Amino acid sequence: MTEPLMRLEQVSRSFGNNLALAEVSFEARAGEVHCLLGDNGAGKSTLIKIMSGVMPPSRGQIHFEGKPVHFASPRDAQALGIGTVHQDVGLLPLISVARNFFLGNEPTIGAGIFRRLDHRAMDRVALAQVHDMGIRRVTDASQMVGTLSGGEKQALAIARALYFGARLLILDEPTAALGVKEAAIVIDQIRRARDSGIALIFITHNASHALSVGDQFTVLMQGTVAAQFRKSEKTRAEVLDLMSGGEGTLLAQGGG
Amino acid sequence: MSNALDQTKHLWTRVLERLFSIPWIGPAAAAVVIYGFFAITGGDKGFLSLIGTAGWLNTAAELGIIAIPVGLLMIAGEFDLSTGSVVGAASIIVALGTGFYGLPILLTFGVAICLGIGVGAFNAFLVNRTRLPSFIVTLASNFLLAGTALGLSRLIAGSSNVSLRDASFMEPILAAKIWGFNVSILWWMLAALLATWVLRQTRFGNWVYAVGGNADSARRAGVPVTRVRLVLFIWTAVSAAFVGALSAVMYNQGNAVAGQGYVFQTAIAAVIGGVLLSGGFGSVIGVVFGTAIYGIVSLGLFYTGWPTDWLQTFIGGLLVLAVLTNNIIREMAVNRTRARR
Repeated sequence: MTEPLMRLEQVSRSFGNNLALAEVSFEARAGEVHCLLGDNGAGKSTLIKIMSGVMPPSRGQIHFEGKPVHFASPRDAQALGIGTVHQDVGLLPLISVARNFFLGNEPTIGAGIFRRLDHRAMDRVALAQVHDMGIRRVTDASQMVGTLSGGEKQALAIARALYFGARLLILDEPTAALGVKEAAIVIDQIRRARDSGIALIFITHNASHALSVGDQFTVLMQGTVAAQFRKSEKTRAEVLDLMSGGEGTLLAQGGG
Repeated sequence: MSNALDQTKHLWTRVLERLFSIPWIGPAAAAVVIYGFFAITGGDKGFLSLIGTAGWLNTAAELGIIAIPVGLLMIAGEFDLSTGSVVGAASIIVALGTGFYGLPILLTFGVAICLGIGVGAFNAFLVNRTRLPSFIVTLASNFLLAGTALGLSRLIAGSSNVSLRDASFMEPILAAKIWGFNVSILWWMLAALLATWVLRQTRFGNWVYAVGGNADSARRAGVPVTRVRLVLFIWTAVSAAFVGALSAVMYNQGNAVAGQGYVFQTAIAAVIGGVLLSGGFGSVIGVVFGTAIYGIVSLGLFYTGWPTDWLQTFIGGLLVLAVLTNNIIREMAVNRTRARR
């Protein structure tokens, strides 16, 4: 197998005396979806924060494209093409789709004091990207983001991350607050991003969502890796059992 | 027949939705209604005359120069209650420096502006560093500066009130008058044009909305949140210093304790102008209308001949109405209509 896009080696993180993450190894491969599962408090958020540059690990090493890297801030991670869509999607309800899409990366025309936002390009690109994501209901880029549904907001946030060059996309429970139809749109986006060669890390509680797109699975429990396997290594029933709590199985395997 | 009726109705809904999508439509409509009210009740007593018009425009202009950046700051989710003391301190600096010590007006004007930069930077530093509410930080700096200006003024000149005889070439720039209209009205319009441009047409403008909408989201998107706050706090304090210097030249005197009225009037003008108290939404044109309303009510009441004691009651009522309307318009905007640029 080829070298993963990002690889975490024996990464630990402690807060005071509290060990939130203990020697976790984890990888993300281009064109694959790695599902990260685990209960609240299992260490998922800590792992996401380490991968997106919000906090450094206490011990252990992060490799990106085979080279060791250190993230001093989320900007460092973003510069390498690591995009993170947080649970709250990070969009602003009271400004337009176009203004949200380009927030922090606004294109301008003109020079000097006449340098101004390129509203026409912003509207055109934002609308095209959102349509590409299968969101057809949005017909006007000047529409406020507050008018979008939860799934449309997720789609917009994912489209934004991909447009600005994400090669590794971390999605923190993107389907958690969505209805069936909306979740299907987001799952479809994940599949399409994967097929275009993006590496994805998909955090979810939903077994069927994970199974429908996951290539690799990691189950965290109390800060350690309780199970890590590829899709073909376990039957659907075993995966479902692991994900729906599955403590019995894990304890029997000595993983708890 | 019923089909035609449906279409008319549909057209009306569309027109209404279109209107509600303009963030300053509420304040503009309110300004027209209130102007109409005073035109009827005070028109025959001189409200509509040239002097009457100049009266409310002059009042609105000085308030508006400060209310515009205060509005931007509120869109970015912060308050500035230190503007009052900056006005007083700037006016006493110009009066003391030029009237008492005889220094060149350009120098004292420059010192007053530097005071604005300093106060703005101080407010921004405290807010950014401590993440204390700007409400309390700027309230504290308002008191710090008010006391200091008064103390120093009495120490140096023996009075809180210092006269300024000649402002030489700054006189026409800051205090010219044509048919009763002060040149400050022009400065107000310039300030409005600049702020509108910044808010609608620049990257910084987009960041102002973002910082007020959700500072964490803005930061994660790469917006320099602390720098946005710094620029806005300085912008506000410099505008207040400008008004202080302007009033010193215009009234030929500086007063260390003057200007405290601006502390709440600017915030009121911004809210009546449709700026959300919680930040993230508002427009410069709205704030201009909000300020105009304040001026019309202040002067209009005088022309009706009714006791002006009731002015604050009137303003308070307007403020309640404005806050309620803002919330409704925000709900409508999020629920179905389209955003502005």
